[in-house]
Amino acid sequence: MKLPIWFHRFGSPPYVYGLANTLAPWLAGIALILLAVGGFWGLVIAPTERTQGEVYRILYIHPQTAYISMMAYTVMAVAAGIGFIWRIKLAHAVAVSAAPIGASFTFCALATGAIWGRPTWGTYWEWGDPRLMFELLLLFLYLGYLALRAAFDDRDKADRVSAVLAVVGIVNVPIIHYSVLWWNTLHQGPTISRLGSPAMDTSMLIPFLIMVAGFTALFFWILLRRLQAEIVEREHGTRWLQSLVREGAA
Amino acid sequence: MPFDAVSLIFRRDLRLAFRRPSDWGIPLLFFIAVSAMFPLALSPDRFGTGVGETVVAAADAEAGGGDEAGAIEASVAGRPLYGLQSLGIAVLWMAALLSSLMGLDRLFLNDVEDGSMEQLMLSPVPFIALVYGKLAAHWLVSGLPLIVLVPVFGLIYQLPLATSLMLAFALLLATPALTVLVAIGAALTVSLRGAAAIIGLLVLPLASPILIFGARATVLALDAESAAGPLYFIASLAMLAVSLGPIAIAAALRVSLE
Amino acid sequence: MSEFFSMGGNGAYVWSAYGITLGVLIWNVWAARSRLKRNLRLAARDGEPEPEGRRPRVSQL
Repeated sequence: MKLPIWFHRFGSPPYVYGLANTLAPWLAGIALILLAVGGFWGLVIAPTERTQGEVYRILYIHPQTAYISMMAYTVMAVAAGIGFIWRIKLAHAVAVSAAPIGASFTFCALATGAIWGRPTWGTYWEWGDPRLMFELLLLFLYLGYLALRAAFDDRDKADRVSAVLAVVGIVNVPIIHYSVLWWNTLHQGPTISRLGSPAMDTSMLIPFLIMVAGFTALFFWILLRRLQAEIVEREHGTRWLQSLVREGAA
Repeated sequence: MPFDAVSLIFRRDLRLAFRRPSDWGIPLLFFIAVSAMFPLALSPDRFGTGVGETVVAAADAEAGGGDEAGAIEASVAGRPLYGLQSLGIAVLWMAALLSSLMGLDRLFLNDVEDGSMEQLMLSPVPFIALVYGKLAAHWLVSGLPLIVLVPVFGLIYQLPLATSLMLAFALLLATPALTVLVAIGAALTVSLRGAAAIIGLLVLPLASPILIFGARATVLALDAESAAGPLYFIASLAMLAVSLGPIAIAAALRVSLE
Repeated sequence: MSEFFSMGGNGAYVWSAYGITLGVLIWNVWAARSRLKRNLRLAARDGEPEPEGRRPRVSQL
């Protein structure tokens, strides 16, 4: 399969570094504004939920972190797959950059989910909720990927071997997700669904979506900064990097 | 021609396995030790000793709060009472999973060290076909003995014969998938020394669906219900693993050795 | 005001969840920035021609 010609610009480290440098401040601004607005809206303006009371306000951070944890894995696996098939080193750099962000958000989703479980269900770890179990397995997948990378001295080999793992992982993620869901239907599910009724009230939906957008912008902002760091590390000693560094110093 | 080569690899690997019984024997001994020692971690007064008692406990639980029959935990006079049988199913599945991880770092390493792996990659026969040959041989010496052993260890946990046979049948479907997953882990780490611990971290989360459906099929058999649903799931997981897994294994081996 | 912070008696849960999330966000931003800065610094240091005095002389080798 051939890639379109324009795509090959994204294989050029100086081009991508410059692009990331231009885009990152914009994403940072958008992310911070959205998170500030959404956070204030969710904590102060949004009405109290009927069954759960004020605790439901975790709704404005927990599902968002869980969503980022899954999106980061997809970004990582797709980038790793592109890097493996078309031998694009920058794609591997994207995959490496996405992994620690995804792992940290997975941890965050687990922690906030457990905290939310305590007042709602009376326990930090509700076995009736399969999504917690899924997030835990996802965290293991991230840690396995990072541990495998760390075990290699040679970066090229680490890139290509861990790419195989990432692709095997992304094939398995939906299977794991649905088997954990299926496993849960055998137990008595939690009586209070935390995400509320299927149609969330508009007064809650708007801050919810603002936070989703804010976390997404934040993810890509950090991804670009990490990608820049990765590019600088990988392009060590090249001429374009030397001139870039000298310009920055002057 | 390819089939000759595959059967040659298959027979060669079997012959090598029989010359080195420790490679496949130690994981089996590990399985035996784990399954036999697990009850030591439980207080003997906390689990029902006989089939009748478990049923009594389950009935009590139903009266008390409505847990499903054969509940993992039931309260009799304020004491949690384990159902030894359901516990045994969990233990046997986990022990099978862990034992298949044992000694796995040697699966491709012997061939890599003596250089025969590179010869296999250079041969005109598709490398994936040869990987199938190796996997089949490995399954025969690691998966099959497990399937035979499990019904025997069902006795320790007082599983009825039908449940033990269902456990063996579920393992018959699950072990090919398990062999493939574990081989993916071995292929990814083949160029690392002492990577056994990493293999566990890589493979265990990937194997969670097999564990869920396998244990569920066995529990359904214990309750004398139809286990067809989970068995179909395991079968489809095995099909997926066996059809796509070797592609990943071959890719990982090539990358590791290039 | 204190009513807002108590979150209907569940303040500890809400604020610890928000605190952990904020901590993860700050860690992410900080880690990415410090990695980029460190790598740029390393690139700048290795790009400079080495000063005369630090260059190993044959007699020392």
